[in-house]
Amino acid sequence: MLADKDRIFTNLYGFQPWNLDAAKKRGDWADTKDLMSVGPDALIDAVKASGLRGRGGAGFPTGMKWSFMPKTPNPDRPSYLVVNADESEPGSCKDREIIRHDPHKLIEGALIAGFAMRARAAFIYIRGEYIAEAKVLMAAVQEAYAAGLIGRNACGTGYDFDVVVHRGGGAYICGEETAMIESLEGKKGQPRLKPPFPAGAGLYGNPTTVNNVESIAVVPTILRRSPEWFAAIGRPKNEGTKLFQISGHVNRPCVVEEAMSIPFRQLIDEHCGGIRGGWDNLLAVIPGGSSVPLVPAHQIMDCPMDFDALRDLKSGLGTAAIIVMDKSTDIVRAIARLSYFYKHESCGQCTPCREGTGWMWRVMERLVTGDAEPHEIDMLLEVTTQVEGHTICALGDAAAWPIQGLIRHFRPEVEARIARRKGFVQVPGLAVAAE
Amino acid sequence: MTDFSDFSWTAENAAEAQRLIGLYPPGRQASAIMPLLWLAQYQMRDETGVAWLPVPVIEFVAAQIGMPYIRAYEVASFYTMYNLKPIGRFHVQVCGTTPCMLRGSDDVMKACKDKGLKKYGTTDDGLFTLTEVECLGACANAPMVQINDENYEDLTYDSMTAILDMLARGEMPKVGSQIGRTASCPDGGPTTLTDMV
Repeated sequence: MLADKDRIFTNLYGFQPWNLDAAKKRGDWADTKDLMSVGPDALIDAVKASGLRGRGGAGFPTGMKWSFMPKTPNPDRPSYLVVNADESEPGSCKDREIIRHDPHKLIEGALIAGFAMRARAAFIYIRGEYIAEAKVLMAAVQEAYAAGLIGRNACGTGYDFDVVVHRGGGAYICGEETAMIESLEGKKGQPRLKPPFPAGAGLYGNPTTVNNVESIAVVPTILRRSPEWFAAIGRPKNEGTKLFQISGHVNRPCVVEEAMSIPFRQLIDEHCGGIRGGWDNLLAVIPGGSSVPLVPAHQIMDCPMDFDALRDLKSGLGTAAIIVMDKSTDIVRAIARLSYFYKHESCGQCTPCREGTGWMWRVMERLVTGDAEPHEIDMLLEVTTQVEGHTICALGDAAAWPIQGLIRHFRPEVEARIARRKGFVQVPGLAVAAE
Repeated sequence: MTDFSDFSWTAENAAEAQRLIGLYPPGRQASAIMPLLWLAQYQMRDETGVAWLPVPVIEFVAAQIGMPYIRAYEVASFYTMYNLKPIGRFHVQVCGTTPCMLRGSDDVMKACKDKGLKKYGTTDDGLFTLTEVECLGACANAPMVQINDENYEDLTYDSMTAILDMLARGEMPKVGSQIGRTASCPDGGPTTLTDMV
């Protein structure tokens, strides 16, 4: 288990107040000016050396992302940092804990990250449904302004840096970086074609980097403790600590900070009191939020929870939102509900996604009851590949992958339902993994 | 105020609107459309008891930042949290996405229906509007509902029923976990950082 002294989010559950005084006692804002004194390039190098990979799902190296920003910004085209707090991926609930219980880690991180990428301001885009969380964050930003930590001459460094909190309005798609930028500009949140990438032309057409809340909030601690400390946790290329969010059929669901690459079994036993009904009762796990394919029990049990190990299982770490399903789960319905989610959240811009998500959901609903023809399983699989990769953003992919995962691992269950419905054979009702 | 065509900010909100517009760079006041629509929807709630955005209110907000009405309407209609139709006093938003479904959101929905709430409709007394929403980001505390600005988490059929009863009586139920958990801490106490409690 990760030692308590190596935990970054020491107020994860809010046992202590979130405010500036309490945050300072936890070490935030202690020596921000000194941390920044090494200059932007050294900061980027330190984040690169820490091995930090983006915590928003894709796992792109954070330091490298920052290095794409212009080194000498044009005063007419100021650079911006956009912090993605539009946490809407089913299963994900980590940024919420950072924002409502440790907002100063995020604000301090935004200042340092913004300085490193030579940004003029940070816009924190928080999902509309996080109402109490947004109030805390706005109040924390006010505290930081009043204390001179951000704003003009932030922390006495001579650097001017503003932080603006912007509330969304309940659109999952705004978690996509270019949709978020559109939304910030006062438009519908519909993703843009890339290129140009945001680092070239983002918010208001200016250089912009979009980072997840957790990616930004861990930066001050990495700099204080040293990149080597962070890089020593977890497996190579999967370094650091991570907030895991465990929901579904465990005895005690929770959010917890752990070392990357912790084995699934250890994570669940130590923090969640085990699988409901014991390990033999585990059916499948969605390890990284709704967008990644499910993994059947026997593959996940002893798998290290990190980017590369889960990619090797044809799934992904995503946001480390772990949805656990025991054998009481109607696995087809569980995935069909995700299909409904993507149908609901498609922004409607690209035809394969707009039409495809609805089509896939309707077929999935029929597969739940078995009211389908056997060949429709392959037809559905074919359609998922026609949506995947044929849309501007990754929502089309995200809608396709859960269905592909279901059919890859639970095809016999889906076929059995169709057969049962037709009255061909009697099949026991339990879902069984394909292998 | 009947058709809301005479909508205008309260003195306090007029100042707040100027502050919100000022948060964005000069010439980029279009960025303020979302915060201003939020402000207007809250003012509607305070003035009429119903949080929604009639057309004249959207027109008023659009005019303030020099945005064509249709652009403002595009925004208001794209984001699900702006209510373009009147809703009940309490907007009961039951999360039905898979993490909540696995932990019993069907029971929560049933508790609502057994209390006479209708999905995507408002009760005759104007008290409750019931909506099934997509993931609200409290998955470690599933199942959950959001009612107006408050979250109620770790629900069961019985605790959901009790919450609706209290609201109907004009009482304020305890916000957050209904089984006494602290935020997303494991039930029974933290497994980490126990000396920080």
